[in-house]
Amino acid sequence: MATAALSALCSDTALIFSRYARQTLRSRFQMLFGILMPLLYLLFFGPLLTDLPLGSKGDSWQVLVPGLLLQLGLFGASFAGFAVLIEKQSGVLERMRVTPVSRLALLLGRVLRDAAVFVFQAVLLVLAALVMGLRAPVGGVLIGLAFVALLTVSLASLSYALALKVNTPQEFGPTINALTMPAMLLSGLMLPMTLAPGWLDVLSHLIPFRYLVDAVRAAFVGDFASAHMLYGTLVGAALSVVAVTIGTRVFTSAGA
Amino acid sequence: MAIISTVGLARTFTTPQGPVAAVRGIDLTVRPGEIVGLLGPNGAGKTTTLRMLTTLLPPTGGAATVAGCDLVRDPAGVRRVSGYVAQSGGVDPNLTVREELVTQGRLYRLPRAEAVARAAELAADLGLADLLDRKAGALSGGQRRRLDIAMGLTHRPAVLFLDEPTTGLDPGSRADLWELVRRVRAEHGTTVVLTTHYLDEADALADRLVIVDRGVVVADGTPRDLKQRHAGSPDATLQDTFLAITGHGIAPDESAEPGGPLGPTASAPTAA
Ligand SMILES: Nc1ncnc2c1ncn2[C@@H]1O[C@H](COP(=O)(O)OP(=O)(O)OP(=O)(O)O)[C@@H](O)[C@H]1O
Ligand SMILES: [Mg+2]
Repeated sequence: MATAALSALCSDTALIFSRYARQTLRSRFQMLFGILMPLLYLLFFGPLLTDLPLGSKGDSWQVLVPGLLLQLGLFGASFAGFAVLIEKQSGVLERMRVTPVSRLALLLGRVLRDAAVFVFQAVLLVLAALVMGLRAPVGGVLIGLAFVALLTVSLASLSYALALKVNTPQEFGPTINALTMPAMLLSGLMLPMTLAPGWLDVLSHLIPFRYLVDAVRAAFVGDFASAHMLYGTLVGAALSVVAVTIGTRVFTSAGA
Repeated sequence: MAIISTVGLARTFTTPQGPVAAVRGIDLTVRPGEIVGLLGPNGAGKTTTLRMLTTLLPPTGGAATVAGCDLVRDPAGVRRVSGYVAQSGGVDPNLTVREELVTQGRLYRLPRAEAVARAAELAADLGLADLLDRKAGALSGGQRRRLDIAMGLTHRPAVLFLDEPTTGLDPGSRADLWELVRRVRAEHGTTVVLTTHYLDEADALADRLVIVDRGVVVADGTPRDLKQRHAGSPDATLQDTFLAITGHGIAPDESAEPGGPLGPTASAPTAA
């Protein structure tokens, strides 16, 4: 019984994943557009940092690229819910919800597609960064990609949950903006928080992304056994468990 | 043995303006293989009732079973046996007709090959065979409606809920759809619950009419019964019968202004 339910969940998830993956493949432009912002930062902001003392280990690329990777995940995944709002308005979502398809698969299929897209974009970004002068251990880069995937899964789940709860894009967009902008500034995505005055540093420790950024930066300089790495892993895991649980709750509750 | 049975099924929406009692208490029994027409003025609660019966909306009162499955305790069971065509459809305009039909079959857990075969079969049944590779967004209104209907038939449901299936269809397509509904019933014993504002359709297609007004059933019987009982003669028109029962006209949305969409809605919160 349990294994039957599990295999139904897996095949439903694969079905939903492929539906949305096909949609993504059809709009390649959108996929490339997603990395435009971090790419511009890389090209036009990155060179400004090369000779500045950033107060952290490694060169400026090892500080900047991890930030850009997480920025990519932060902005891309937070707005993932827009697609659900559109499907809600066109009736597609209800049409799927009257079928026996697993509610959890409706969430997981989408979230996994998002994670796949962002890993793809992140790889492109890292390749561009290598051309610009980034040098980092391969293991560190892979760990960085894993963090981007984890962040994407978490934020996309929350974004989908919010999209199911609100009724209009006018409520959704501003809410997401109001959450992502401070998160970006306070987590030290662009410049490390080691440069910050005490109060800002303290404040930034209240933002979960801070720990992820620090962990990816540690990975990029090869500090695999550091405290940053440990905290980042713990926070990332906790965030994704909480986010997926919330997403599951919302997607499985009747009438959502 | 009833295939659908509801007792006091009710739904009140909470809105910033206060509660809206969309459905106040529906008692309904449908026998297997019956075609039941659900009629009622705009805002009477027909769509809300169907959305509850298809597990999209949790009831706030009463209970119901569909094919022996309780709406609240076994929603998955209800979903397996029923098909639903929503009033406003639900296909992705960016996907092709074929893709939507096949995915729909897969959502109902048909094996891939079967889903592909079923898509072709349905396309033929609903006059969509030449349009399989067209994007759904590029279909005419009537073609898209036929696609919506095909989507609801994918898994040969035992119970089919159709919310205004023929709105926007030309007379020929409408007659074809009636024929299809009768054939599905004859071949598979499918039970059909459909809403409509076309009284000729109700008269021609439904074995039994259930008239809903302001969220309750106000009349229930064969078209002939209702005409006899409420308009005084089995030869009365259904229009006169309907007016006698609800006190206001059933008309296409645009001509229903005076007692139409606002009438029942406006009175609902004050009475609740
Ligand atoms: N989500 C909702 N929130 C608040 N009120 C709602 C909601 N959905 C429906 N209503 C109200 O409930 C009442 C019944 O609506 P419903 O859509 O069931 O009517 P209907 O009989 O299908 O009408 P029509 O013939 O126009 O399709 C209406 O007054 C409607 O405004
Ligand atoms: Mg309706």
